[in-house]
Amino acid sequence: MLIRSAIVLLLGGALAASAANELRFCLRTDPKTFNPLLVEDESSSAIRYLTAGVLIRLNRYTQELEGELATKWKVSENGRRIDFDLRHGVRFSDGTPFTCEDVAYTMRQLMDPALHSPVGDAFRSAPGEVETKCASPSAATVRFSGPVAALATQFDQVAILSALSPKKESAGLGPFELGEYKPGSYVLLRRNPNYWKRDANAHALPYLDSIRLEIQQNRELELLRFRRGELDLINKLDPDMFDRLYAEMPRAVVDAGPSLDWETVFFNQVQNSPSPEYKRRWLRSSDFRRAISEAIRRDDIVRIVYHGHARPAAGPVSVANHFWLNPAVKAGSGSDSAALELLQHAGFRRLGGMLVDSAGNKVEFSMITNAGNKLHERMLALIQQDLARIGIQLNVVALDFPSLVERISRTFNYESVLMAWTSIDLDPSAQMNIWLSSAANHQWNPSEKAPETAWEAEIDKLMLAQNASQDPDKRKVYFDQVQRIVVEQAPMLFLVNPNALSAVGPNVKNATPAVLDPQTYWNAERLQVGGTLVSQR
Amino acid sequence: MNLKRTIALTVLAIAVAAALTAGWVAQHSYAEQSREVISAAPSAQFWLGTDELGRDRFARLLYGTRISLLLAPAAALLSTLLAGLIGGAAGYLGGRWERLVTAVVDLFLSLPWLFLLLAVRALLPLNTSPVTSVMITFLLLGCLGWAGPARIIRAGARTLVNSDYLVQASASGISRWRLFWRHLLPNLQPILLAQFWISVPVFILSEANLGLLGLGVSEPLPSWGAMLRELENYSAVLQNPWMLAPAVLLVVVVSCLQLLLGTEESAPC
Repeated sequence: MLIRSAIVLLLGGALAASAANELRFCLRTDPKTFNPLLVEDESSSAIRYLTAGVLIRLNRYTQELEGELATKWKVSENGRRIDFDLRHGVRFSDGTPFTCEDVAYTMRQLMDPALHSPVGDAFRSAPGEVETKCASPSAATVRFSGPVAALATQFDQVAILSALSPKKESAGLGPFELGEYKPGSYVLLRRNPNYWKRDANAHALPYLDSIRLEIQQNRELELLRFRRGELDLINKLDPDMFDRLYAEMPRAVVDAGPSLDWETVFFNQVQNSPSPEYKRRWLRSSDFRRAISEAIRRDDIVRIVYHGHARPAAGPVSVANHFWLNPAVKAGSGSDSAALELLQHAGFRRLGGMLVDSAGNKVEFSMITNAGNKLHERMLALIQQDLARIGIQLNVVALDFPSLVERISRTFNYESVLMAWTSIDLDPSAQMNIWLSSAANHQWNPSEKAPETAWEAEIDKLMLAQNASQDPDKRKVYFDQVQRIVVEQAPMLFLVNPNALSAVGPNVKNATPAVLDPQTYWNAERLQVGGTLVSQR
Repeated sequence: MNLKRTIALTVLAIAVAAALTAGWVAQHSYAEQSREVISAAPSAQFWLGTDELGRDRFARLLYGTRISLLLAPAAALLSTLLAGLIGGAAGYLGGRWERLVTAVVDLFLSLPWLFLLLAVRALLPLNTSPVTSVMITFLLLGCLGWAGPARIIRAGARTLVNSDYLVQASASGISRWRLFWRHLLPNLQPILLAQFWISVPVFILSEANLGLLGLGVSEPLPSWGAMLRELENYSAVLQNPWMLAPAVLLVVVVSCLQLLLGTEESAPC
C-alpha cells in the first residue's frame, strides 16, 4: 500500500514538474504581502509585476514610458496634475469592468494615511489631499497638492484596484492572477482569462498558462535545478555562477550589460562618532577621500572580482541610465601618484613604508562589510593591497548584517563601509533619500539638522530644484551638477556597476533580458515555454 | 600501533616544520597579489598555482597551516585546562557544587554558540590587526569549548574520589586542597590528554567553519577555513584539483591527530 502510494506521489510529482506551458523560476523569500499597494520586498514586487495592471508602464528594455491601461496621458500644472485617457473594454480578472472609478478608488487607497503605502509615499510631495475626478468612465484626472517629480513614471508602481469587485485587491488587471500559495514552498500564478492585451496577430495574451514561483533561498540549489531543467529562468546571477553556467550552457546565460546597482564605499563623517578626533579629521577631508578613490584600481575589481561582468563606476549614475548619466564625470584613475599628491596636499606624508598625518599619526582605518559575501571579501582584499601601496593600513572586518546596520545607522561606530546599493529607478528623484542632507539614508552623516558643509547645501539646493522642475532638460542640468559635486567631494566612492546577469532556459521563447528589474520576465505576457505555439491557442 | 603512531607523529612533525619555516620555504608572501596571474595552474614559480586574487597558494597553505596547527592546540590546551579545573572540582566536591556545574555545563552545551561568536566578533574593536583578530578567535573557541570535556572529566573525578588511595589519603589528614592538586588532578591526566587531542581537530574544524561563514581569520592572513571556502566552486575544483590541497592537508592532520589519540587512549596509564 505504502509503495503504491509512493509511486502515485512520484508520478504525480513528475507530472506536476512537467506541466506544459508553465514557466518556473525562484523567489528568494516568501512574499510579505499580496496587497499591491503595500509592496516593499522583492518577492511581493515580482508578484505585483505579474498580476497587477498599471496605467503607465516603464518598458524595461527601451527605458521608455508606454501606455497600459491609459492610452494617453498628460502632465500639467508643473507636475501637480495628470490626465489619463483610459482603455475601453478592459475587465478585471474576476470579470468586473475597469472604469475611472477604479482609478479614483485606487488613489484614495494609495494616499490613505492609515494604509501606510510605501508606493503612496512617492506622491506625498506636499501636505493636502489628492483629488481624482472622472469626467467620464474613460477619463481620469488626478490632482496633487504639490508638484511630484517624474509624475508619470511613478505610476509604473501603482497597481489599479477594483472599486466594485468583492475580491478587492485580489482582482487584478495584469496578465496573471494568484492561483495558489504554499508558504515556504511556492506561489502559483494562473493565466488571467480577462487580460486585455493581444499580440500582433490578435491572439490573446499571455501565452503561458501559469507561472510557478518556487521559494528557494539557496542559490546553488537554484543553479542545480536550472541545469536539470527544473527551472526556466534565473535573475541576478553572480559572476561565478554565470561563468560556471556559461561553461556548461553557453546559450542559456545572458549578460545584459551594466545594471543600475552600485558597489560603494562610504566614510563615517558623523561629527560625534566614537572614532578618535584625528581619524574624524581624515574622514571629513575630501582630499583624503578622493585619494582613496584614486588609489583603488577599479579595472582590477572588474577583471578579478567580476570576471569582466561589471563596469568601473564614476559616479552615482550607471552607464545603463542613458539619459541621466553625466559623461563628464570620470572614475578614479587607480594611480598611486595622483593619490599621494592629494594626500600631500592634505598634510599627509610618507614615513618609511607608512603614511602619517601632519601630527605623526599612522594612517590606519577599518572597512566593514557584510560577512559571507564573497564578492565583497575579494574586493576588500584588493582595496587593502591598493591602499597598502600608498602606505595606508586597511583593517578588513566582516560583520553579520544586523551588526553592520546597527553600526552604520545607530551607533556610528565605524570608519568606512563597503556596501552594495540596489537601484531600480532611473529617475534621480528616487535618490532624494540619499543626497538630501536631512535624509535618513544620507549614509555618511544621516539626518543633518542643517547641511554641515557648503557642498552638501549645494547638493540639497540642486536636488530640490530638479525635483520641483518638470522640464527634463533643466532637471538634467541640475543633476549633472550633483554628480560632479559628488565625485569631487567623494562622500561615497562608486567602485563598479555590476552587470545584469541572468539565465534563460532553452525552452523559453521571446525572452529578452534587460538591465532593469525584473530582468528576465519583464515581458512575461509574451514569454512561451517549450513547443507551445501561439497558433495552438 | 607503534608504527601508526610513528607515522602520524612524523607527518605532523613535517607539517609543523613546514609551517614554521614558511618564510624560507615559500617563494612569495602570503599576501602578495600577482594580479596578472590569477587562478594560475601550478608552475615553477607558484608550486600550487595562484588563487583568484593571484596569491601563491603554496605560501598561503603553509602560513594557514601555521595558524591552524599552532593556535588550535593552544585553544585546546586552554579549554582542557578549564574543563579539568571545573569538571575535576565538581566531581571532587560533589553535592550541590556538582549539581551546579552539571547545570552550567548543560546550559553551555545547549546555547547556540555560533550566534554568540557572531555577536562577540561584532563587539570587538574594528581596528584589530589580523594577527590579534585570529588570536581572539581561537581564544574565544578555547573559552567556549570547555563544557563537553568538563562533563567527562567530572565523571572521571567522581570515580577517583571513591578510590582506595584517595580515601586513605583523606583519612591520613591531607588537606582537601592538596588532595585535589597532588592526588586527584595528576590521576586525571589520561582523560585530560584524551580530551586535549580530541579538541585539537575540533578547533581546527571550528575555525574552518567560521571561515566558511566569512567570520574566521581576516584578510590578508590565510587559514585553512578561508582556503576551504574556494571549494564551494565545484566546477573550478574539477578543473583545478590542486585547489583540494588544504582539504587534503586538513584530512591528513586530523587523521594523524586521531591516530595519536587512539594510541593515547589505548596506552596503559
